Amino acid sequence: MSATLFGLAGAALVGIGLFGLIVHPTALRKLLAFNLVGAGVFLVFGVVARRAAAAGLAGDPVPQAIVITGIVVAFAATALAATLLARLSGPEEEP
Amino acid sequence: MTELLALTLALPLLAGALFIVATASTRAALFGFFAFGLFLALAWVALDAVDVALTEAAIGGGATGLLLLRLNGRMRHPVSLGEPAGPRLKIAAGLLAALVTLALGALLLALPEPAPSLAAATVEPLPTLGIGNPVAAVLIAYRALDTLLEIVVLLIAVVGLRALGTDRGWGGRPVPWPEGGPSPALVFLARLLIPAGLVFAAYLFWVGADAPGGKFQASTLLAALWLLAIMAGLAPAPSSGGRWTGRALAIGPLAFIAAGAIGIAAAGSFLAWPEPVAKPMIIAVELALAVSIVVALVLLVAGPPERETGR
Amino acid sequence: MIADLLTIVLVSTGAVFFLAGTVGLLRFPDPLSRLHALTKADSLGLGLIALGLVPQAGSIWMALKLLLVWLLVLAGSTAAGQMLARLHRAEAADD
Repeated sequence: MSATLFGLAGAALVGIGLFGLIVHPTALRKLLAFNLVGAGVFLVFGVVARRAAAAGLAGDPVPQAIVITGIVVAFAATALAATLLARLSGPEEEP
Repeated sequence: MTELLALTLALPLLAGALFIVATASTRAALFGFFAFGLFLALAWVALDAVDVALTEAAIGGGATGLLLLRLNGRMRHPVSLGEPAGPRLKIAAGLLAALVTLALGALLLALPEPAPSLAAATVEPLPTLGIGNPVAAVLIAYRALDTLLEIVVLLIAVVGLRALGTDRGWGGRPVPWPEGGPSPALVFLARLLIPAGLVFAAYLFWVGADAPGGKFQASTLLAALWLLAIMAGLAPAPSSGGRWTGRALAIGPLAFIAAGAIGIAAAGSFLAWPEPVAKPMIIAVELALAVSIVVALVLLVAGPPERETGR
Repeated sequence: MIADLLTIVLVSTGAVFFLAGTVGLLRFPDPLSRLHALTKADSLGLGLIALGLVPQAGSIWMALKLLLVWLLVLAGSTAAGQMLARLHRAEAADD
C-alpha cells in the first residue's frame, strides 16, 4: 500500500511537470519541469519494481536497473539542452 | 506506520514539485529542485531501491541541479520560447495534466496481482558471476548492452557539447567557475571533503558488487569531487583538446566492447561473461568505465570549452 | 533500556532544535539572521540525533559512521552558510 502511495505521488509529479512544461515561457523553467516529469515516470516505474518483490529481494532488480540507466540518460539530455540554452542566451563576445 | 512514513515523504515531494513550477524566481526554483532531489532519494530508500536512491541523489538531484544552477548564472538573459501563458492555456494545461495524472493513477491501481517479477530469474545465476548485488548484476551482465549504450549516450552528449562550443574555445577549457574568485569557506570545504570523498568513492565502487553502490555512484562522487576542486580553484577543468581527455573518454566503451568480443569467442555471444574469469573481467571493465564516466560527467557539468589553453 | 531512554531523550531534543531552527527560518526578517538561526540550530540538532542513534547502532563501526556523517554535514552546512552569507552581502552591495 505504501508503495502505491509513492506511485500516485509519481503520477502527480508527471502532471505537475507537464503543467509547468506547457505554461512556463522560459526555457530553463521548461527544462526543470521536464526533469519533474522524468522523476515522476521513474517513481511510477519504481513502484512496479517494488510490487514485484520476490525471491527474497525487496523489489524486482530489472526495473530498478532500467531506472538507473534512465536517470543517467535524462542527465545527459539535460546537459545537452543546458549547453544549447547557454549558446542561445547570447553570442559570446569576440575579442 | 509505513503508510505514515510514505505520506511524510510523498507530501514534501508534491509540495516541492508545486513550488518548483509555481515560484516566480528561477533561482528559488533551482534551490527547490535540490531539496526535491533529496526527498526523491529518500522516497527511493523507502521503496527499498537503495541503488536507485544513490543514483538519484548523485545524478538526478545533485549533478542536474548543479548543471542548471551554473547555466542560470551563465545565461546573459533568459531564453524565452513563447509568450507567457494566458488563462485559457493555463486551464487547458491544467486539464491535460490532471487527465494524465488520473490515467497514470488508475493504471497503477489496476496493475495485475500478483505482479510479474524477474527477481527469481535474476537471483538464480548470481553465484556464477561472483556478484551479490542483483541490481549491479542486471546492469553489467543481463542487460549489459543497455549499460554500454548508456555510456555511449553520455559520450554523444559530450560530443554535442563540444560541437556547441565557440570557435575560439575549440580545444580549450570550460570557463572557470566563480567569477569573483572562490570563497575561503569553499576552499576549506574542498580540502576537507576531497580526501574523505576519495575514500568513500573507492568504498562505493568496491562494495557495489555485493551491496548498494557501484561504478556509477562512485564515478559521480569522483566527478563531484573534481568539480568541487575546480570550483575552489584547486584543480583545472579537463582540457577538451587535451590528449588525455579523449583517451579517458574512449577507454570505458572500448574496454566494454573488447570484453563483449571476448564473450563472443569464449562464451558464444556478445557481452557474455565467460564463467571462470567473469568477476575479474567485470571489475576491469567497470574500472575503465569509471574513468570515462568521471571525465564525461565533469565535462558535461562544466560546460563547453570557452577559454584558450594558452599553449 | 537505559540506551533506549537515552535515544529517546537525545533524538527528541535534537528534533526540538530542528523545530527552533525552522521557526527562525520562517520568522526572522532578513536573510542573515535566518541563516544564523538555521545553521546553528540544525547543526546542533543533527549532532544530538546522531548521538542519540549511537546506542542503537549495534556495532562500534556503525556508531563511528554515524558520527562521521554528522561531522561531514557539519562541514558542508557551515561552508554553505558562509557562502550564502557572502552571496547575500555581494548582492546587497550591488543594489
